[in-house]
Amino acid sequence: MVGPRSISIWFFIGILLLIYGIAIFAANISDYFWPPAEHTVVLWQLHFGVWWGVLLIIIGATYFMSFRPWKKK
Amino acid sequence: MGNHMIDRLILRPLLLFFGPTSIVSLGWTDTFVIVIYFCFVIGIGFYLMRYAKTGEGFFMAGRQMTAWIAGLSFVAANLGSLELMGWAASAYQYGILATHWYWIGAIPAMLFLGIVMMPFYYISRTHSVPGYLKLRYGEGASLLSGVSFGFMTVLMSGINMYAMALVMKVVLGWDIHFSIWVSSLTVMVYVVLGGLLSAIFNEVLQFMLIWLGALIIPVLGLVEAGGWSGMVDKIHANFPGGDYTHLWRTMGSFQDNPMGIHWTGIVFGLGFVTSFAYWTTDFLVVQRVLAARDLRSAKMAPIIGSAFKMMVPFIVILPGLLGLALIPGLVGEQQAVATGGHSYNEVLPLMLARYAGPGLLGLGVTALIAGFMSGMAGNISAFATVWTYDIYKPLHIKLSKNEGTDAHYVKIGRWCTIIGVFISIGTAYLVQQFASIMDYVQALFSFFVAPLLGTVLLGMLWKRTTKEAGFWGLFAGIASSVGMWAWVKIDPGALRIIALSEHAKDMAENMYRALWSWLICVGVTIIVSYLTAAKPETELVGLVRGCTQIPSEGDVPLWKRPIFWATVIFVVFVALNILFW
Repeated sequence: MVGPRSISIWFFIGILLLIYGIAIFAANISDYFWPPAEHTVVLWQLHFGVWWGVLLIIIGATYFMSFRPWKKK
Repeated sequence: MGNHMIDRLILRPLLLFFGPTSIVSLGWTDTFVIVIYFCFVIGIGFYLMRYAKTGEGFFMAGRQMTAWIAGLSFVAANLGSLELMGWAASAYQYGILATHWYWIGAIPAMLFLGIVMMPFYYISRTHSVPGYLKLRYGEGASLLSGVSFGFMTVLMSGINMYAMALVMKVVLGWDIHFSIWVSSLTVMVYVVLGGLLSAIFNEVLQFMLIWLGALIIPVLGLVEAGGWSGMVDKIHANFPGGDYTHLWRTMGSFQDNPMGIHWTGIVFGLGFVTSFAYWTTDFLVVQRVLAARDLRSAKMAPIIGSAFKMMVPFIVILPGLLGLALIPGLVGEQQAVATGGHSYNEVLPLMLARYAGPGLLGLGVTALIAGFMSGMAGNISAFATVWTYDIYKPLHIKLSKNEGTDAHYVKIGRWCTIIGVFISIGTAYLVQQFASIMDYVQALFSFFVAPLLGTVLLGMLWKRTTKEAGFWGLFAGIASSVGMWAWVKIDPGALRIIALSEHAKDMAENMYRALWSWLICVGVTIIVSYLTAAKPETELVGLVRGCTQIPSEGDVPLWKRPIFWATVIFVVFVALNILFW
């Protein structure tokens, strides 16, 4: 984009979303299997953190793979 | 555009509300998410340093941006954290009327920029909007616009910085000094290293984070409320008799709606003058589009930006409406201070705390920080360009009698970035001491914007406009705007004349003042043009419609043409207004 060997911004976004997705998924997955006695958020039963984490992993992985600098053109 | 509202809705109340308690507390995952974000934006700055060694690279991102990157950055530079919080609070207070600032107050102007104005900005190869004025009108109008833009930009950046630090104090309990220094020095590092390219890349990243962080609220809010109709039913049940979900139905009279504004103020004041002035002449946003790699990308960028802008109410206005449905009882700030309750200014963080569990809360807070940083990077990179090319360079050439090397101007640009950040920080502390400064700086900013639209539009579209007319029209517009503002300050009864009704509120006054100052600028420019000698047409090539050959798009398929997508966006814009009439 800015030069023949430059890395696309979408690749950076992919890495960041992948890291975020994994972190958010990991932080929420235990509540999915072992719900705590007290809940701090509304609609906790939807386990939104788990699904949002999965969504971020999918988007992040897609960008990561599609815009990886070592991909053969 | 929304600065007065942000000031009134967020800053003043927070100054009153300022206290040791915070709305949310972060866990380790949330902190991890925020820390990783800071590492990433600085890392991108270091990576892009290698591409910012020339003037074109540092100030114009090498003019290599695709339409998508330039378009997303164009919207992100405008999407600050206070914008998010301020308009969510407005939606709680005024209902869906706040959407006007995203739809009629943005979409037509962005499409006009892409289709009509961009060819002249782009073909002239200018570095900035004051740079275009220099080519078209000479140094008088350019300096007036450059100096006012340069100063106002860093001052506004400082005000926003202080406001963001206050928000972080109230929402997270963070120390004000910590927020100011960490966020501004981070922006400084990545803009100094990578210039506009780094600012643009980070804005695209920040735009993604703003959406992914803020989207949590409308998605879960709609689930809890039972969809759109469930939300509307709940609002009616909570506020019987109030109309919070119609855009135009209550605009027939100043007294029928809580904003105290008439549809003429919204259509002509906001939809035409204020919106066109901001989106087509404010260099902060236009700079992103000037970095596009070719004319078609430059035309497409604002059109792509307008599509995303049209969707922003989903993450800004809808959370406010959901707040009306699900957490009624939020009150004005003074009442909240008196009763110890929450005010509607906190609706966005309250909704975030309502739904966001571990990690998601960090993502939401990162969205707010990213919003602030994208706005500040926009201000600082635009300031560095205008100061270096439109103020420093002419003075340097005049005094030293030599052109100066490209490397010299890049060095000056980097220093301007550092100085700009420190002036912003200084302003933030000054505002902390003297809150009334905000009023004057914001008013000062509003004085220049509407007349500048008149000067740029006539310069681009009418070849008879002369150099003298450009300067005097702009000067008359600014002077009249200052005069009207002072008149109302001295004699509040003047509101009846300027805003057409004594019932008009601040926002209506701003809209009408912009409209009159624009008309005065246009009137004076036309009169002076007829009294002075026009430039020969050969000097207007590449600058004015009728004297400029715009490359044909005859060989481009219809679905790839900017005009096709502009038409699609405009049809959707009209349909949305009818749907929520």
